[in-house]
This record gives sequence, structure tokens and C-alpha cells, in this order.
Amino acid sequence: MPEPLLRLSGLEPFVLTQDIPFVNVGERTNVTGSARFRKLITNRDYAAALDVARSQVENGAQIIDVNMDEGLIDSKQAMIEFLNLVAAEPDIARVPIMIDSSKWEVIEAGLKCVQGKPVVNSISLKEGEDAFIHQASLCLAYGAAVVVMAFDEQGQADSLQRKTEICERAYRVLTEKVGFPPEDIIFDPNVFAVATGIEEHDNYGVDFIEATRWIQKNLPHCHISGGVSNLSFSFRGNEPVREAMHAVFLYHAISAGMDMGIVNAGQLAVYDQIDPDLREACEDVVLNRKPANGGNATENLLEIADKYRGQGGATGREKDLSWREWPVDKRLEHALVNGITEYVDEDTEAARLGAEKPLDVIEGPLMAGMNVVGDLFGAGKMFLPQVVKSARVMKQAVAVLLPYMEAEKDGKRESAGRVLIATVKGDVHDIGKNIVGVVLACNNYEIIDLGVMVPPQKILEEAKAQDVDIIGLSGLITPSLDEMVHLASEMEREGFGIPLLIGGATTSKVHTAVKIAPQYNRSQAIYVTDASRAVGVVSSLLSKTQRPEYIEGIRSEYSEVVERHERAERAKKRLPLADARANAMKIDWSEYSATEPKITGTKVIEDWDLAEIASYIDWTPFFQTWELKGVYPRILEDEKYGDAARSLLNDAQAMLQRIIGEKWFGPRAVIGFWPANRKGDDIQLFKDSKRTEPLATLTTLRQQTSKRKDSPNLALADFVAPDGVPDWIGGFVVTAGPEEIDIAADYEKRGDDYGSIMVKALADRFAEAMAEMLHQKVRKHHWGYAPDESFNSQELIGEPYDGIRPAPGYPAQPDHTEKRTLFDLLNAKANTGVELTESMAMWPGSSVSGLYIGHPEAYYFGVARIERDQVEDYATRKGMSVAEVERWLAPVLNYRPGDAKAVAAE
Amino acid sequence: MINFSLPVTDAFRALQHTARERIMILDGAMGTMIQTLNMTEEDFTANGHIHGPGCRHHQSDHPQKGNNDLLVLTQPQAVEGIQLEFALAGADILETNTFSSTTIAQADYGLEGAVHDLNVAGAQVARRAADRAEARDGKARYVAGAVGPTNRTASISPDVNDPGYRAVTFDELRVAYGQQIDGLIEGGADLILIETIFDTLNAKAAIFAALESFAKVGKRLPVMISGTITDASGRTLSGQTPTAFWHSVRHARPFTVGLNCALGADAMRPHLTELSGVADTMICAYPNAGLPNAFGEYDETPDQTAALVEVFARDGLINVAGGCCGTTPDHIRAIADRVAKHAPRTIRELTNA
Repeated sequence: MPEPLLRLSGLEPFVLTQDIPFVNVGERTNVTGSARFRKLITNRDYAAALDVARSQVENGAQIIDVNMDEGLIDSKQAMIEFLNLVAAEPDIARVPIMIDSSKWEVIEAGLKCVQGKPVVNSISLKEGEDAFIHQASLCLAYGAAVVVMAFDEQGQADSLQRKTEICERAYRVLTEKVGFPPEDIIFDPNVFAVATGIEEHDNYGVDFIEATRWIQKNLPHCHISGGVSNLSFSFRGNEPVREAMHAVFLYHAISAGMDMGIVNAGQLAVYDQIDPDLREACEDVVLNRKPANGGNATENLLEIADKYRGQGGATGREKDLSWREWPVDKRLEHALVNGITEYVDEDTEAARLGAEKPLDVIEGPLMAGMNVVGDLFGAGKMFLPQVVKSARVMKQAVAVLLPYMEAEKDGKRESAGRVLIATVKGDVHDIGKNIVGVVLACNNYEIIDLGVMVPPQKILEEAKAQDVDIIGLSGLITPSLDEMVHLASEMEREGFGIPLLIGGATTSKVHTAVKIAPQYNRSQAIYVTDASRAVGVVSSLLSKTQRPEYIEGIRSEYSEVVERHERAERAKKRLPLADARANAMKIDWSEYSATEPKITGTKVIEDWDLAEIASYIDWTPFFQTWELKGVYPRILEDEKYGDAARSLLNDAQAMLQRIIGEKWFGPRAVIGFWPANRKGDDIQLFKDSKRTEPLATLTTLRQQTSKRKDSPNLALADFVAPDGVPDWIGGFVVTAGPEEIDIAADYEKRGDDYGSIMVKALADRFAEAMAEMLHQKVRKHHWGYAPDESFNSQELIGEPYDGIRPAPGYPAQPDHTEKRTLFDLLNAKANTGVELTESMAMWPGSSVSGLYIGHPEAYYFGVARIERDQVEDYATRKGMSVAEVERWLAPVLNYRPGDAKAVAAE
Repeated sequence: MINFSLPVTDAFRALQHTARERIMILDGAMGTMIQTLNMTEEDFTANGHIHGPGCRHHQSDHPQKGNNDLLVLTQPQAVEGIQLEFALAGADILETNTFSSTTIAQADYGLEGAVHDLNVAGAQVARRAADRAEARDGKARYVAGAVGPTNRTASISPDVNDPGYRAVTFDELRVAYGQQIDGLIEGGADLILIETIFDTLNAKAAIFAALESFAKVGKRLPVMISGTITDASGRTLSGQTPTAFWHSVRHARPFTVGLNCALGADAMRPHLTELSGVADTMICAYPNAGLPNAFGEYDETPDQTAALVEVFARDGLINVAGGCCGTTPDHIRAIADRVAKHAPRTIRELTNA
């Protein structure tokens, strides 16, 4: 077992290791030791009192002693207030606190204020063993180390013997009866004044040093401390001599084992640098030696002391003030980052004089400084209490500017703006929200804090009643996110126009951009990373000049976030092609026998009855063409569209009669059937029923969306039987004919755009109706696998029949280039007059093409987005380059063709 | 009167023995599991009949949806079911569903009067799950009374104009924690788990309260202490480094000290390494299943989380492992599987860190 070490903490740990010969306990925050500090506390000038503490830490105090034992003040209250204030000063609170009082109730009050592991100074056997055990137990329960004074029922120990006796007794009680860890015990064997002229006092220095040596040797793991300044009490007013005495005393006590002391860290002479005469005189006094040149040690020292009076002693370590030479912007930034309030007034004033308006100082250098704070916090280089400290510096700077801003605005400006903050319904977490409130209030914003679990209605009511400029919502738990979305939509509904800030642990920019901001278009929902950013965001939003640009910036940023998010989501859910294939639809072909089509090869169909075709028209898409949304025939009774729909239908029926009567259209069609089998994701067509000579290949695409367990990743090829099971596939092209083009042009020429659109719309419907009608004839006659089917034309709209007629370029096969294969097979151009344009569109426009697939389990589906792996595979199968496939399939690619491969593979 | 010489419980000895032999498993996220049940206000209040053991009525005007702790009274079978799932997935230690069962935290729901019942019932429900699991596979299970941080900070002021102001004092916390811990012990908790500590002063009040409660029953229960590092600074919310935190709570002589929540295992690792290097007691880590995604959900799969926790085990950092936000029974099972092949951390001789 290694030697247990004294382990203390403030915000940072402190371990008294062997490498540390001596711990400086700062003594300047002790009202009994510092007249200045006493005055500050009595006057309740806590800001200056904190500066005293800070300068001690800056000067190297590893622990600071806080003592409020002064008859004229409420010591307990002062201890609580001061320690609470210290807790808000990270540059002080980083070191452990020594809670120093002769009153137990003050000590206990102090113990309840520090989160670190402090030292209690002190307890003793003065009031007997029971009280000692009680207090020691409590110190342990509060998690403190203790200083134990060499004091018992008889009084304070002055001689070596009394000191060692009492310390030994205390040690035994603590370690054996209380269970106190010995490494957390610090003995104070009492430093008394020497050179007082009273002979009994002459050996006090030696007694202390020897007691220290004895304790070190006999009471394992514990420590020795003392209040050094007592030693030189009789030389008050002569600092050089006092410092020399302290340095000499410490030099010897430390070598005897004293490892801690209450000293003014800023004022300590260096042993080697003391004037040799003074040093020797001091040593004679401290060590109770007979001076080498005779006489009395005390008198010797008194004699030479006057020589040194008024020299001022060692000065405190110089603060690094080089930053004071920097330009004012940088000085303000430095002050904000380091939480230094000392010069902020003068620097702010200097900045104001150099600025056009006082507000420019806030929006310029001060905000820039706070942004640096935000960056450092984000990077983990500052932590929260420091950020709060920065906000307070900011507040002080704003306070300097405020009178000028008020003067500019005839005193109307009361606050920079009013911000309502609340933790949403169902959530009770408010620490982050409170911090935002603090930081904003520091910047002169008026904060209306509605607290936690605030129902949306209350937020909106208060926002209206108080006429706030901004609403800020906070939440920590996941369901709060939905509450925020809800509130945003309520703000939209109720016509709010003020920005909505979103913050809290589970909130994020992505969620805000994707879910919240789209609900609230009247103004903008904005995600705020952390409290340090709140001021920048709020000030930009409330600045008339900056706001529009700022919101515009947020909007474009969020739209990018949304796009990125959607891309990522899509990417997440795609399966590798191999996995998608493994999850192909598995039709049981063992029981299946396909009907052989009545026709082999192609057949042109010319004898069309326009009236019969018209009876197959599905009117719903017709109304959609005219942007009337609704299902026929219900749309005719629709409250909103009913009138328009009825009148449109009347006009359409009238034109339809003329189309039929005057034979405006010359419909044509071609169909064909071929022996076919599935080959991987493709459909292999054969020249004849021997199935030995390939005729053509229809290539199909497979879904790569991640599916639930029982749902397959489909490709059209799945609906065609594999080798060994005879199957067939069909194809068709129908057209209402090219006549509509001229007719429409005629209408246009006459200035009748309505007629022109109407004839085109009806021609489209005719083509679709032909396809529907032809499909039925194919099922019943030409292929003939459903000879007894008897659905009427309107029933067909619901596609109740077996088999499908998927079209290239539509969701089940988004590749338009498959039309080439189909058109070649059908010799479609010669047979129907329909041509493929460069972009694979059919001319004339009122044409429909597709495949016939007969299996009863076949159904329409969408391939949706596909991955690079399938595109590469598909390109090989089609004998096209990847780039060409990517061009044709651009709308269904789940990646950016330019992007690095690795990204898509993730 | 606080007494540091109390005898320890049998469970304390058993836990110390087991945690030296193998890495023990703590359960996962009760809140995450409750969320999957999509309970309504009516579920939370059992249709308005909020009642506790002995049918004492607890009146409240506040909506209770989201008051997860209340479920130990209104939907005890649901809570017990989740705990049983965790136990069967391999958890040795089951946390009670009492994270917010203090008068301070329940004040937001108007249920300050219910805290005693919440804690007693919370411990009883977990005990039943533990007993059922033990009956099934014969492996000992322990119930850890969960003590959360409350929603107030004892060392940070919420008021800008008065940095010395405190919304809650040490004594208020001590009293509230004392009521909670008394209830947990009465309900049969084997351990006290002070968790998700973001302000060490709150935790010190809880430790003080625990010591007082132990004195009342005349025995010392094992205490687990778990801090939370919330941001990139690597400190607690109240600004302490992990080592400073350990120094502040070491006097509790805890069975374990460790970290939970706020970070995923990966981000937690450096802080856990620091703590493991300085603490002369067992170490416990139960990270989140990664960081929440943009929609507050945790994406890490059981295997991902477990692989990261396994790194803790491989590096000899831990004696107890479990999961916080986002960890399901599957996560716990995966963690248990992964850490099983690694020896627990031995309490090293401390360096002069």
C-alpha cells in the first residue's frame, strides 16, 4: 500500500504529493489577518473581496483560507454568501477552500456551500472528546479534511510536550474512534509570537519545529500546518522584517516536516535572498539561539529592524498586464474570455468613443468576444461556470453603454428586448434554460421565465400578453421535441411573427430544421447550440438591420441541412443489391402452368370503335389534368370543385360526341407475345417455343429499400417463371393517333386555348382507355389466360384482374430506354406510327406502351431509389456505360453520381 | 448521529466479492423502455386513481404524463416487466424506477406527498423482478435504489443578478434525499445508487443523507456514485474534473464510483480512464447508447454499444458495466456477453495523480 495522500479539490484536484514540499494557503481572505479584507466584508463590497481571493490564486495559493470571524458581522451569513460567490468564480473556485472559523456553526454552514473537498480549520479537543468526535464525524460526512489545533480541555499547547501529547491523543481518537483517514488530518501545533520580550516565548519557534518533527515521525500520514504570521506579531508595521522572519521560520519548519502553512503567497521573501545580517538575526530569534556576536537575539533583531522598515518588502508577483497594450477590441475579447471585470469599464468607454453608436460596440467587439467564448466552450476549452462569468463581464460592459443608448432613444430604451423562455410541457429540466436566462439577462435582455412543464397555450398567451420579442423553448427529454413541433405549428396557426429559439440536450439543428422550422413559416425557428451562443442569436434577431439577412442565412442553411438529412436518411435505408436479390419475391412455380398465348409474334389492331373506347375512360386523371383534385364521380358533388367539375365534364362530353361522331381520331395498336423466362433480374425472350434462340432481353430494376421481414424487394423479373417452366411475356403500343395534334393547333389558332387543351386531354384519355380495353381483350382473347373475365369498364379501374401491364419509364421500371427494346420487338413505328424521341418520349403524345405480365401474383410497385451497386450491375447487363445509365436513371439514384464511392457504400 | 463504524450488509460483502471475480452488470434505460409503451395520461394516473400501497390517495392537479416514477404505483407490472427483462438479459443489479422520487423533483408534479410511497414501492417492484429472475436462473440479483440529481443545483445560481443565490440548499437536498433513501431501504433496496451527478454538492448532500439513513437502520449499505460529464470540456456541469469529483465523494467509501449518461461509451472513455486511474474503489460505467440523433433517439445497436463497453473491460477500467439512455435489454445482453471474457479491474495501487 502506498502512502495515502491528502487529496482535496475545488473544481480541480489537489494532491499533496512528495513533490510538493509546502502548500501555500492563501491568508488574505481572512478578516482576522487582513484589515483590508475585513473592511471589504464589513462594507459588503463582495466584488472587491472576490478580487482579493482571485489575486491570491493568481499569486500561487494552492488553497485559500476563508475566515469571517469578526464581531461586527454575521459571520455565518458572511461565510455562506462569500463561498457561494466564490463558487461562481471558476478562476478562484478551481482551488480547494479552507473553511476557517473558531465557531463550529460557521464551519458547518461553510461545509454546505462547497462542492469540492475542503479543509476545515479547525476543530480541537478544547470542549472535550465527545464534541470533538461529533464535529470530526460531521467533517467526514461532509467530505472535508480537518486542521486539528493542539488545544485540549486545559487550553492551548505551548510546550513541545503538550503539543505532542494533545496531537497524539487527537490522532488516536480520530483514527480509532471516528474512522477518520489519517491522511486527511492536518495538525496545527500553534505558531506563537516570538521576540516579544517575554522570556517564556523565546522557545515557541523551536517548540513548534520540534513538535512538527515528532508528529511527522510518530503519527503516520498526517500533515502539519500553522498560521505563520503570528510568529512576527511583535514586528507589525515592519514588513521586511516580518517577511524575513517568516521565510526563516518556514525554512526550518519545512525541513522538519511542516508541509502546509497559512501565508501571504504574494509576500514571502526568498530565504537565500534575505540580507545575510537580517537572516542571521531572524534565525537567532526563531531558533532561540544565542547570537554569534553575543547579546540577546530579540534585542539584536529589534536593533537592526529599523534599518529595513519602510522598504516595502517583496512585492507580489507581477500580474501579466501585457494584454493592456493590445487594441481595444482585443482587450475586450481578452476580458470576456478570461472573465476579467477590472478594466472592462474603461475599455468599453474607449470602444464607445471610437464607435459611431454605442450599439455598435455591443454588436461589434463585444459580440465578437462572446463568439470566441462560444467557440472555446464548444471546443471544451472553457467550461460552463467560466462562460457564465464571461456573460457577467458582458453585462458590465453593456451597463456602461446603456446610458448612452438611452440618451439616443430619449430614454425609451429600457431593455434590449424581451425574451420569453420556458421548458415545454411534460419536461421538468430547466438548468440549461436558466443558464440561457442568466446569460441573456446579463446582456440587458428582459427575461420572462415561465418555468417548467409549461403548456403551449400558456406560452402563447403570455407571449401575447407581454408582447415579447422572442420565444425560447427548452427541453431535455425526447418527447419534448414533439412538444416543440406542436408549439411551432400553434404559433403559425395563431399568426405569431416572432422568432422561436430551440435549445436543450436532445434538440439539434437537424431536428429544428427538419421538424420544427417547416411548421413555422411566419417567422423562423432557430436552434441555439448552447447558452454562450444565445446572445449572438438574440442580438442578431432583434437588430433591425441584421435580422432579415440573418434569418435569410438561417433559412438557406436549414434547407441545406434538410437536404443533407434526407439524403442521409435515404442512404441509410438502402440494401446492398445482393441482399435485395436475396429478398426477391419467391413465387411457387411448381404448381403453376402458364397459358400459351393464342397469338405468337405481333398483331396490329386497327378496327377500333371510338364509342367503345370512350366507355373505358377513367375520368379521375382527366380532372387531375385540370388540377381538380378528387375522385370521379364524387368530385362532381365536391363542395369546392363540384361546379367546375360538372361544367368541365359537360364540355368534355360534348367534345367527346364530336370526336366519336366525326371520327376525329384514328386509333392504332400493336401487340405481341413471346416465350420468355426469368434470368436473374432480367427477362429473356426467345424466338420460338423451343426456347433455344434468344430474341431479346428485357432488363428490370430491383427495389433496394429496406423492407419489413415479410415484404420482398421486387423486380418485374420476379413475376416471370425461371428456366424450365414455360412462360410468356407480351408487349403493346397503343395510340389515339396523330390527329389530335392538328386539331389542337386549330383550336389554338382560333384563340380557343380551352378547346386545345381539352382535345389533348381527351386524346390522352382515349389512349389510356385503349390500353385498358386492349388489356382486357388480351386477357380474354389474344393471350387468353382469363377467357371468362367479366368486369365492366368502371370496375377495371380498380385493377381487379390478374396480370399487369407495366410501362417503361413508370415506377415499376423507371428506365425509359427499355422502350427501345419493346418498340423494336413490336416494330411499333411501322405498325402504329408511334416514334420514340431522343429523350424516349412517345410521339404522338397520346400513346401508351407497356409489357404484359400474366402471373396472378404480379402487381404494380415502385422501384424507388437505387444504389450505385445496382446501377453498375445494370449498366453491364444493358451494355451501357455507368454514366449513361446514371443519366437515364437520375431521378431514382440514391446517390450523387459525382460523389465519392465510399460515401455511397456506407 | 452519523457513525462510520457501522457493520456492512451481507449484500455489500457479496457484491465486493463478485465484482472482484467478474465484471458485474447493471441494467439499462428504464426511461427508454417506458417510452416504447407510449403511455397516456390515463395510464400514468391509472385513470385518475393514483394510489399507493395501503390505498392512500395522492391528490394532484398536475398532469402526470412523463412522471415515470409514478408508474411504480400506477403501472407496477409494467415496470416490473421491464426490470425482469433486464435481469434475464444478464443484469446483476436492477435500478429502482425512482430517479426523480424526491420532494424536490416531484414538486413539479404536485406529488411531494407521494415520495415515501414511491420509494418503498419502487424498491418493492424491483425486488419482485429480482426475485423472479433469481428463481428462474439461480443467479443473485441486487436492487439498487436510484437517487437522481433533482432538477436544481446547489452550487450554481439561476439568478444573474445574484450569483450568490441558490435555488436549493444543501439542507433542503439532504432532507429530501433522506426521505427518499429511507423509503428505498424500507422497500428492500440492497444498494443506494447516487447517479447522473451534474453538481457534486447535490451528491454530497445525498451522501450525507445516506449516512444518516444508514445510522437509523444500524448498517451500512453499499453506495454507488456516478457522475456525469456533460460537454466537451470534460467536466461536470458544475465545473469539476473527474479527479476533483472523486476527491469530493471519496468519503462515502462507495462500493463503486463511475460515470453514466450524457455521453456514449466512446466519448466517456478518456474521463473513465482518468477516474479509474485515481479511485481506490471499484469502477462502474453505464454510458448512453451513443449520443442522441437529431430526433432524440439513440441509434447505437446493442452490438455497437457493447463493443465500445468491451473496450473499457479490455483496458481493465471497470468492475461494473451497464447502460444509460437508449440501452434496451438487448444492449444489456450484448454488453454482458462481451465483457464476460474480461477480468474486472483490480484496484491498483494509486499513483500520485
